[in-house]
Amino acid sequence: MCPIHEFAAPASPSRRSFLFTLGLVLSGLALALAGVPILGYVLGPLSRRAAQTWIDLGPVASFPERETRLAVYENPYRVVWDGATAKIACWVRRLEGDHFQVFAVNCAHLGCPVRWFPQSRLFMCPCHGGVYYEDGSRASGPPPRGLFEYECAVREGRLHVRGGQIPTLSEPV
Amino acid sequence: MPRQFGTAIAKWLEDRTGFGAAVTPILGHTVPRRTASFWYVFGSSTLALFVLQVATGICLALVYVPSADEACQSLVYLNQGAHLGWFLRAAHFWGSNAMVLVLVVHMLQVFLFGAYKYPRELTWVCGVLLLLCTLGMAFTGQVLRWDQDAYWGLGIGASIASRAPGIGQGLVHILLGGPIIGGRTLSRFFTVHVFLVPALLMALIGIHLWLVLRLGVNEWPMPGRLVDRETYRERYEEEVQRDGVPFFPVAARKDMIAMASVVLAVLGCAALFGPHGPRGFPDPTVVDTSPRPDFFFLWLFALFALLPPWTETFILLVGPVVAIGFLLALPFLSGTGEKSWLRRPGSVLVAVSILLVIGTLTGLGTTSPWSPVMDGWSAMPVPVAYVKGRSPLELRGALVLQAKQCRNCHSLGGEGGLRGPALDGVANRLTRDQLIQQVLQGGGNMPAYGKNLSPAEVTALVAFMQTLHPKDEPVARTAAGPLTRAR
Repeated sequence: MCPIHEFAAPASPSRRSFLFTLGLVLSGLALALAGVPILGYVLGPLSRRAAQTWIDLGPVASFPERETRLAVYENPYRVVWDGATAKIACWVRRLEGDHFQVFAVNCAHLGCPVRWFPQSRLFMCPCHGGVYYEDGSRASGPPPRGLFEYECAVREGRLHVRGGQIPTLSEPV
Repeated sequence: MPRQFGTAIAKWLEDRTGFGAAVTPILGHTVPRRTASFWYVFGSSTLALFVLQVATGICLALVYVPSADEACQSLVYLNQGAHLGWFLRAAHFWGSNAMVLVLVVHMLQVFLFGAYKYPRELTWVCGVLLLLCTLGMAFTGQVLRWDQDAYWGLGIGASIASRAPGIGQGLVHILLGGPIIGGRTLSRFFTVHVFLVPALLMALIGIHLWLVLRLGVNEWPMPGRLVDRETYRERYEEEVQRDGVPFFPVAARKDMIAMASVVLAVLGCAALFGPHGPRGFPDPTVVDTSPRPDFFFLWLFALFALLPPWTETFILLVGPVVAIGFLLALPFLSGTGEKSWLRRPGSVLVAVSILLVIGTLTGLGTTSPWSPVMDGWSAMPVPVAYVKGRSPLELRGALVLQAKQCRNCHSLGGEGGLRGPALDGVANRLTRDQLIQQVLQGGGNMPAYGKNLSPAEVTALVAFMQTLHPKDEPVARTAAGPLTRAR
């Protein structure tokens, strides 16, 4: 047992300032050690570079020539609880043979889903009235460019596109 | 006996907590007599709505599943299965609308009464932050509904964020919690809507109220009584001393009436109109959808459609910064001088203009005349009067007009899209050659149909359109007359 007067004795000024500095340093360290992983976690989506991957859209034969059809693929970054939102739609235009154009459904204006009208061979957007020709080029309305077009390739009789992220002006598919 | 017992308990509680001693002077603090007015009730009404939102929100969170797979189903269950779930959803929805509305009214009152001036600058700044948080709650709440509107609304948010030069891509990933809309996105918005912004709101409301108590409620502005940094506080003190009334109950009774009224109005709307949505299962492969934002963002929706495309990115990115910056800077730009709206015509003009612009845009947003009517061509047949007595060629033209989706943008007999001009009297305005040119080459915001129509179809279509003119008015002709072959 320590005698009580040892606790009651006033600490020297240097000891006080040392303890205060120690308190500051330790708090700063704790803050940094807690804060860095928290920030890193929240900003995590930034660091994970969304490398595009090749996605199988099905056999070439399922897309008739000179027609535009809606195709559906599963987003490669899906998580189990994505539900229906894991599915992504795109417009596949087969010109002839292995010559394809694949467009994102997202309007280049503000991302609403464009609809294909085979009779007038136009894509129309229901939000602000953007219209595109069948080759994806802008026809009228507010879009600043044509439809976003996927890179695509035919391998072993199957159509593949490079995708996996929401197409936007800063990051077209 | 029970009464004595109650008093004893109250005394004991007061002895241990000191709560009464702390609160009584706050409730009873003196305020200028004329502020005990129905003009001064909008802040407390907003607070009442906030409390209602917290209460109903907690109840909804008891059932809501923040998973992209099941969120929509849990809302359907709330609507149909959970006991009184529909009512709480409705109250939360109508409460959110009312909160934005009453908050804006509060802000207008504060602006017109000059209450943001010295020394209440920070109260105003705090209020602007509260407005931003409330709008943030409105947007994130709309996302939590996780229906087709929510999904494509997020797409619109991402598209706007992506336009920021340099950081656009990063912003999109932070916003969505990944490269694409999905489960991570919903979890993110749930956290922001349920934890982050409410905590911020509560802290800011605390500071806001503290500042109101510390600086005193703004006195009724008298024309000609200028705010001067040297004398203002003294004069305010003097007015409160000379002609003050206790906040409770003199001013508080009007606050209580207003608070109860807005809550009752929300509950009434909830009971009458019921909950909103979910509008369609959030399946991105269902492209037959026309996404629309909630009421408070309809004016933005309209703005995006009507801005000239070349100004759009600039206004989307710079507009909010300028608007928020202006709101935050306002009390520092005009912190003194005249408070009364009767002597501030410029301020009144600004407030009225902003209201008119937002009101008009909201009105346009509800009808969205710029959107093609996606089923116009299939759901709205050519009116009978327009095909009576027409030749076979003209009748074929009427069919081409329907089949090529012209009606999605052009109305006939009052039905169809409003994107392009109505075609009812088109033969009066354009000659045959002009019609052909317009159809083939487009222009004036119309796509060119040259590649999509055969010459026979164009001939038929133009023949039909030439019959579209009022009975007694002739068809438009070129003054030069038809070109004739040289003899």
